[in-house]
Amino acid sequence: MAQDGTCTLTIIGGVDKDGSLERVGRLEMRRGEVIGIVGPTGSGKSSLIADIEQFAAGDTPSGRKILIDGCEPRSETRSDPRKKLIAQLSQNMHFLADMTVGEFLRMHAKSRGRSPDLAERVIELANTLTGEPVHPDHHLTILSGGQSRALMVADIAVISDSPIVLIDEIENAGIKKREALDLLTGEGKIVVVVTHDPMLALMTSRRVVMKNGGMVRVIETSVDEEKVCEDLAKVDSWLMNLRETIRRGEVVGAAT
Amino acid sequence: MKLAVIAGTPGSGKTSVLIHAGRTLLRYGLRPAVVKIDCLWTEDDRRFERLGVPVAVGLAKDMCPDHYSIYNVDEMLEWARSQQADVLLNETAGLCLRCAPYPDSALAVCVIDVTTGPNAPLKVGPLLTTADVVVVTKGDMVSQAEREVFRERILEANPGCRIVEANGLTGKGAAELAELVRDGPEVGGDMRLRHNPPLAICTLCTGELRVSKRHHRGVLRHLDGFMEYSGE
Ligand SMILES: Nc1nc2c(ncn2[C@@H]2O[C@H](COP(=O)(O)OP(=O)(O)OP(=O)(O)O)[C@@H](O)[C@H]2O)c(=O)[nH]1
Ligand SMILES: Nc1ncnc2c1ncn2[C@@H]1O[C@H](COP(=O)(O)OP(=O)(O)O)[C@@H](O)[C@H]1O
Ligand SMILES: [Mg+2]
Ligand SMILES: [Mg+2]
Repeated sequence: MAQDGTCTLTIIGGVDKDGSLERVGRLEMRRGEVIGIVGPTGSGKSSLIADIEQFAAGDTPSGRKILIDGCEPRSETRSDPRKKLIAQLSQNMHFLADMTVGEFLRMHAKSRGRSPDLAERVIELANTLTGEPVHPDHHLTILSGGQSRALMVADIAVISDSPIVLIDEIENAGIKKREALDLLTGEGKIVVVVTHDPMLALMTSRRVVMKNGGMVRVIETSVDEEKVCEDLAKVDSWLMNLRETIRRGEVVGAAT
Repeated sequence: MKLAVIAGTPGSGKTSVLIHAGRTLLRYGLRPAVVKIDCLWTEDDRRFERLGVPVAVGLAKDMCPDHYSIYNVDEMLEWARSQQADVLLNETAGLCLRCAPYPDSALAVCVIDVTTGPNAPLKVGPLLTTADVVVVTKGDMVSQAEREVFRERILEANPGCRIVEANGLTGKGAAELAELVRDGPEVGGDMRLRHNPPLAICTLCTGELRVSKRHHRGVLRHLDGFMEYSGE
């Protein structure tokens, strides 16, 4: 992808679960854009971002094609992590690797052609998002779901610093979702967020609606919706504060 | 005639990926045939039959399945020719990781399951280190970071290999594998193995059931690594 601002990611629509053509036949995303994906469970949201992650070329169940700057990506861009354009935070986050956190992060940095010293920075950052701190000597397999996700958010921010970021349901991880999203959405990136969370959905500039495996509609976030989003942000930070208070084992007062 | 030997630990996804790759080979206008080698039992032949291509099964029974597979390469090729096939896909049983049943003029494909963890590529040995293509399956079950670490480990063990990230359920990556099979080498007349099988021929190989050391003869290795020949 060109390092200047000219890059686009294009999804050429395929078929839904019944094999009918998707109603959204083509979708272009530009740098600096945060785009949402919404829809009921099982409607194909995760499959859509999996298609993007693997640069589907008509070879997945949806038959979608992904283009970068209007062209099909070359095969080394598809697979070599050193040239990878995409960082993905997946929905299922249970580590199977029996390694320590430090060992794993150093190895991951190496696979991305980055310095292994970044591992410490990842752990530090992860610990600003989660409750109980993660330690470099911890085994990955003992981390909780929230700790694992916090670690992967920090890993994406520091090690897999890629121009395209895909995020699957960050709100269900029990970590600070706003802070996590801020870390992941760097300047000039294309960010795709799968979400059921009204605030996160309205923070995007557009959202794709999924149904029965297909993209059925693209909604631009209206000025009214932006206002709703601001109100939601207040409610959300009130909720988050309450959550933290309760987590610390303290007693909450009445709302003012 | 082209030969692709597809090896890998049990349940790693060999058949699932091969069925998808077989479909692509048919689309290319090729005529694949499949031989599945297993130890005692398999139903892979029934799964391959749905492709509508010739399928045969070889059960190694009392013989080491990889040795059996190597020993029968000529017979397999002969059978494939009699079926008018031009590509033979040989799925092995792949149990003992020390044997790599890959002849030189064949495409050597090792299928490995990412859920076995990032140390697995170091454990697999010649099966992986002498392969041309390493197919990584079940990537859908782990994070992107874990997939990338796994890939790095494979490259440490076999720096020259071509890695194909595949999914046996959706068929992802199978077309890439099919292309590699299509462009693979023609089988030669005098094929040689890429890697020597382990030293064997001890009394256990010929049926000794008694466990105690004093009953065993042959080239034997002790727990501390000391190797000796015991016998006449
Ligand atoms: N989640 C997931 N499951 C897979 C994938 N590939 C294969 N499987 C499943 O893994 C199991 C074993 O797959 P097979 O294709 O039979 O594996 P095999 O290597 O041929 O097995 P043997 O011939 O018995 O050694 C099946 O239940 C498959 O559905 C994959 O990419 N992802
Ligand atoms: N376009 C499609 N064609 C065929 N199957 C699909 C398609 N989109 C999704 N699926 C299947 O539907 C199921 C649910 O999809 P998933 O992406 O996990 O939904 P969500 O993330 O919205 O809950 C999966 O098994 C997936 O393979
Ligand atoms: Mg999902
Ligand atoms: Mg099989």
